[in-house]
Amino acid sequence: MDIAAPERSAADPKAFVRKGDKGEYSLELLVKGAKCVNCLGKIERGVSEIPGIEQARLNLSTGRFIAGWHDKNLDPAKIVQKIIDLGYGAIPFQSDIAQSVSDTEAKKLLIYMTVAGASMMFVMMLVEPVWLAGIFGEMGPGTRTFFHWLAAMIAIPAGAYAGIPFFSSAWKNLKKGHANMDVPISLALILTAALSLWATANFREHTFFEAIVMLEFFLLIGRYLDHKLRQKSRIAAQELLALQAVTANVIQGDGTIKSVKVSEVKEGEIIEILPGDRIPVDGVVIQGVSQGDFSLITGETQAIDIGIDSHLRAGSLNLTGKLLMKATKVADDSFLAQIARLVEAGEQSKSVYVRLADKAAQLYVPVVHGAALLTFIGWLIAGKGFEVAIWNACAVLIITCPCALGLAVPAVQVVASGRLFKNGVLVKSGDALERLANIDYIVFDKTGVLTRGQPNLINRGEISDENLAAAAMLARASRHPLARAIARLAGPGPSIKDAQEVPGFGVEADVDGVKVRMGRAEWVGAQSDNSETEMWYRKGDDMPVRFAFSDTLRDDTIATIAKLKKLGLGIEVLSGDKLGAVETAAKAAGIEKFTAQASPFDKAARLDELNAQGRKTLMVGDGLNDAPALAKALVSIAPGAAADASQSASDMVFSGENLNSVYESIMVSRMAKSRVLENFWFSAFYNLITVPIAIFGFVTPPIAAFAMSMSSVIVSLNALRLYKK
Amino acid sequence: METLIFLIPIAFGVAGLAMVAFIWTVKNRQYEDPKGDASRILLEDEDKPL
Repeated sequence: MDIAAPERSAADPKAFVRKGDKGEYSLELLVKGAKCVNCLGKIERGVSEIPGIEQARLNLSTGRFIAGWHDKNLDPAKIVQKIIDLGYGAIPFQSDIAQSVSDTEAKKLLIYMTVAGASMMFVMMLVEPVWLAGIFGEMGPGTRTFFHWLAAMIAIPAGAYAGIPFFSSAWKNLKKGHANMDVPISLALILTAALSLWATANFREHTFFEAIVMLEFFLLIGRYLDHKLRQKSRIAAQELLALQAVTANVIQGDGTIKSVKVSEVKEGEIIEILPGDRIPVDGVVIQGVSQGDFSLITGETQAIDIGIDSHLRAGSLNLTGKLLMKATKVADDSFLAQIARLVEAGEQSKSVYVRLADKAAQLYVPVVHGAALLTFIGWLIAGKGFEVAIWNACAVLIITCPCALGLAVPAVQVVASGRLFKNGVLVKSGDALERLANIDYIVFDKTGVLTRGQPNLINRGEISDENLAAAAMLARASRHPLARAIARLAGPGPSIKDAQEVPGFGVEADVDGVKVRMGRAEWVGAQSDNSETEMWYRKGDDMPVRFAFSDTLRDDTIATIAKLKKLGLGIEVLSGDKLGAVETAAKAAGIEKFTAQASPFDKAARLDELNAQGRKTLMVGDGLNDAPALAKALVSIAPGAAADASQSASDMVFSGENLNSVYESIMVSRMAKSRVLENFWFSAFYNLITVPIAIFGFVTPPIAAFAMSMSSVIVSLNALRLYKK
Repeated sequence: METLIFLIPIAFGVAGLAMVAFIWTVKNRQYEDPKGDASRILLEDEDKPL
């Protein structure tokens, strides 16, 4: 787990518990950070230990966790708290949304694919003896026809079943009045089946039963891979919905606290916010003092003081003290909802992008139909009769069937996203790679992207080891970002158990009768010149110790920017932080163009401007304030520590400390694009050779089977080359 | 050639069985959490000592 990630206290999940018919309760959670065997064991075992829990199962592939129990007195918050205590994030999931997650479509495709594949092998076993006997003349027409009938018995029902996805899609498109790739595929399948049956009944030498199931098998592999890739991005979108469904603790008229879904909070209601909670809706503080982490909203790294009458925006983090807040805006028109709407608008504009495979399909359909029709007419004019003409037209349809074309794109994208995944980059949609390969301009956010997004101690040399160790003991007891920076630097160790957080000032404790304080300069009794972000530590009447902080660049920022510049990409920084901080960071990173104090709306507007100039922009950002810009960019990447909304709005997420992941992703996407293009060229070349053979009537079943499988194998092997550097 | 009368139905049967078995595995959700299933085998079963 990243210790710097904002701590999330247990949101009350009562509103999300689902009651079954037989009195059983279940709760679905989205678990973050669980990636290994130990996590799985720890979480399942930990939750099972809660008395009353009967079922606890984590799906490691999707991060979904489901708990089941019968005891109606069991508090579901215990489950969430348990997982959080174990060191993972846990967010209640709305069951009705989760319902649609179970991927029935993938299951169906997998079954279609198996039926086609298994029957392909079986039919090949039956027709191969016929082909060999044809060469050596060892089989009479009677036996041959018997084998053909056996092949038909398998290929016709299996082909009809495994062909459902193609037939239904072709029919849907024809009804709307246009033809997609499935139209020539369905036509080829039906025509081949009918002609082969006719040929068998009339004791002809050639049938194409094996071609039917083989075609379907190769096409279904491509469909299945493609579906899996799209499913990934669909799940990511659902997670965004789930994240908005966190609860708020509303204080009711009689003083009791009730947890309600954020969407049900009404204007004017009083909400209790504990330290470590995210602000659920926009509001005004009516009681309490604290400090807030607004970095994900404004890009500002400093903690901001919160007191009575402070305006709070949904999504920011309450750090040190308990607050009571009056809701000023309901969830639908809060700051968070405005951001969500901007993200949605951005994503719609992104969907205008036409995928390479679809472009190829637009070209493919008329060409294939034209070639088949010309073949048919040509042979009729040549006076060879209806049977020869229709057989050869059918052979053109079979041989041009886009097996290789259907595999060309998904195979490459699966391999490319697999390679990036190994390097810690999660690609959420296949066409994101296509878009990334085309970019010519990059917009970086500053906080959390170019920089680490967390304060780092810059005057370590001025502080003695004893003072650091003593301060760290106190720091470990605090949630304040500066205190955490000290704790992080000092590493794991003991903390002072009875430390008191004094909201707005700092943290204090009694150590062997001596008062120890860490916090603001005037609070510990020190003189501050106030030029840097700082915190003071003082033990009793000793000299106060000063800790100065700054948000430093990532280790590889400078090297990465230099490499990106070498690729000839335009680069600029777009930040919500103050001018001085942005200027320093941009100059240090080697970027000349920068904008400071940009609001989320300014950022989105800048992206619109770039789009209007015809720039193909990559946006790299982490804050909630970046989310609309991330959605508006042609393609976007967010670091793993980013706000949830930003992770959802972006196409890729990289984990780890290295900005180099951005460079790596661009390089892999460019390689993937050239593999895809190679595959397209290969498919075109393949058709250039085989189509004339088919047009002139030389395609026999063995040639068709060989050509089809070889082209698919070559395309897949070419995609696998991406695994090598 | 007469053996075909036995062999072909047997072959149909075996292949059909394999296919039914596979479809069962799909419906039995055996492909929904490949990562989790691969990991689960490494976990010790605490409650069932042999």
